[in-house]
Amino acid sequence: MEDLLAYIISRYNYWAAIILLLIGLYGMIAKNNLLKKVIGMSIFQSAIILFYVSIGDKRGATIPILEHSHDAHHGAQQVVEAASYANPLPHVLMLTAIVVGVSTLGVALAILQKIYRVHGTIEEDEILETIDQ
Amino acid sequence: MSLEQHAGLLIIAPLMGALLISLLGGLHRRVAYLLLVTSLASSFYSAMATLRQVALHAADGPLRYRLGDWAPPYGIELVIDPLNGLVLAMVSGVALLVAIFSKNTVRQEVAEYIHHYYTLFALLVAGLLGITATGDAFNLYVLMEISALASYALLARGRGFAYYATFKYVIMGTIGACLYLLGVGYLYIKTGTLNMAELVSFLTRTELINSESIRVAFILIMVGLWIKMAFFPLHGWLPNAYTRTTTTTSCLVAPLMTKVSVYVMIRVMFGVFSVAFVHTTLGWSKGVVWLASVAILAGSIGALAQTSMKRMLTYIIVAEVGYMVGGAWLGNAAGLTGATYHIVSDGLMTACLFMVVGAISYKTGSDDFESMRGIFRRMPITAVVFLVGAFAMIGIPPTCGFFSKWYLIKGGVIASQYPFVAALLISSLVNAVLFFRLIEIGYYDTFDSEGKPEGHGKIKVQEAPLSMLVPMVVMAAMLLVVGLYTGKIVTSLIQYTIPAGL
Repeated sequence: MEDLLAYIISRYNYWAAIILLLIGLYGMIAKNNLLKKVIGMSIFQSAIILFYVSIGDKRGATIPILEHSHDAHHGAQQVVEAASYANPLPHVLMLTAIVVGVSTLGVALAILQKIYRVHGTIEEDEILETIDQ
Repeated sequence: MSLEQHAGLLIIAPLMGALLISLLGGLHRRVAYLLLVTSLASSFYSAMATLRQVALHAADGPLRYRLGDWAPPYGIELVIDPLNGLVLAMVSGVALLVAIFSKNTVRQEVAEYIHHYYTLFALLVAGLLGITATGDAFNLYVLMEISALASYALLARGRGFAYYATFKYVIMGTIGACLYLLGVGYLYIKTGTLNMAELVSFLTRTELINSESIRVAFILIMVGLWIKMAFFPLHGWLPNAYTRTTTTTSCLVAPLMTKVSVYVMIRVMFGVFSVAFVHTTLGWSKGVVWLASVAILAGSIGALAQTSMKRMLTYIIVAEVGYMVGGAWLGNAAGLTGATYHIVSDGLMTACLFMVVGAISYKTGSDDFESMRGIFRRMPITAVVFLVGAFAMIGIPPTCGFFSKWYLIKGGVIASQYPFVAALLISSLVNAVLFFRLIEIGYYDTFDSEGKPEGHGKIKVQEAPLSMLVPMVVMAAMLLVVGLYTGKIVTSLIQYTIPAGL
């Protein structure tokens, strides 16, 4: 039992990402209101962004800006210890992913507004009724 | 301009085109149209030049183009080998012809803000070409979303419940892309790189290939791509989204989006993971080929039930995706050759048939089967193009549809996957039924108000305008040319794309 607990706690960032992913997926599948589906989609994307950001982190590491690199005495000889800096690459990737996520959200909301104008509702079952007629 | 820059230019041209159209296209729709056609023509020219270069040095490995001269793994490189060289040529060629074709249909269907429409058009093509050319797994995700966002906006401009159908596609497409991104995240954690060439060397050299995380990464990426390409159980969004939209959009999106996703699947299977992993470690091949057989049958049966030509074609796309996925997973050279060749031939023939439907609905205002009535007398050239497209879809030699089916069936027999072979043959028969029914309707004339056939003298030739006829005829000619040069395409290009061990 304690092993299991330790196993879960030691990877809490993955668990958080998984739980958020599932909340988002549930929202997209189960909700009848299209706006709630969009919110689910956004949570789903955010979960992946958080997952990426969390893997760049290291215990006891600092932001990836080289210390003393402007200092003439140390600059040239300084050995970069990778372990003391967080990995910036996943964070940079996620800057792009955030932009993509915001754009998708924007397009989805614009389409949602159009749906409301055409069908007069954003409840999925009511839209399906208007289509059947 | 040196020859080495063509690989970069083929993506930059439509991207810059999109920028210029949004800046200058508002002046007059003719300006927007000319800018679009020019940028896509230069992109097509660059794609052909690149393909020629790749074909000449096919045995020496792929052509690598460093964007901004940043060496990988810090920079992103475009890697063009015979496989994506072919797909690039097909995508840019189809996009160019659809752009020329769109002159009148866009004026009829979009009416205002034509330059915004054309901006999205160019962005979609830039995204698709980028997906095909890139050698970086994360860059592929970004470009996939660029093309997806452009396609959402294009598909939403339709009639009826186009908005609702597109909304479903937005949700499904986002799930697909996110699953792909998550899978790439797993790969990054395990290998520390995103460059495809480095990924494959890491995964084949080390014991990583047996790790659970790599397996999960592969499954996540595959499911994501299957959603994107509308592979059978995940195809629900496609027919509505592609039918409800405007003619031009369906001519552009329907042939290209699914085919490029299939290309990405083949690239990921053999260019990031390896033959040994896909066919031995994972051991899914049989199951996926079964699923592909079901996809083919489901798509064909769905197509039989339709009374609108556009909707029928969208179900045929679902079946064709089954062909390609099945061929890629058969696990032998003939199957993969068939799948690769079918990406090109199916892109061409789907575009050809969608253009014909577009021309008919431009003239008659409808895409029901009844709008085919008297087509051979009213629109003789369109009808001939339709015949060629239909023959290619059925698989009658010497059109390219025959040869891709030939390779796929050969692969199925070699792998002893007889259900897949049977599904292919049944689907060909169903296609024959579908298209001969349309041809039969086309031979009969329209009826007058008393239910009698209208006399010969009364029916006038009402052919589509020249800007639509020329691309259609070129496309039909391409179906025959690609078919006749199958041997050359396979020996000088496709055979180099078969990974070792198949």
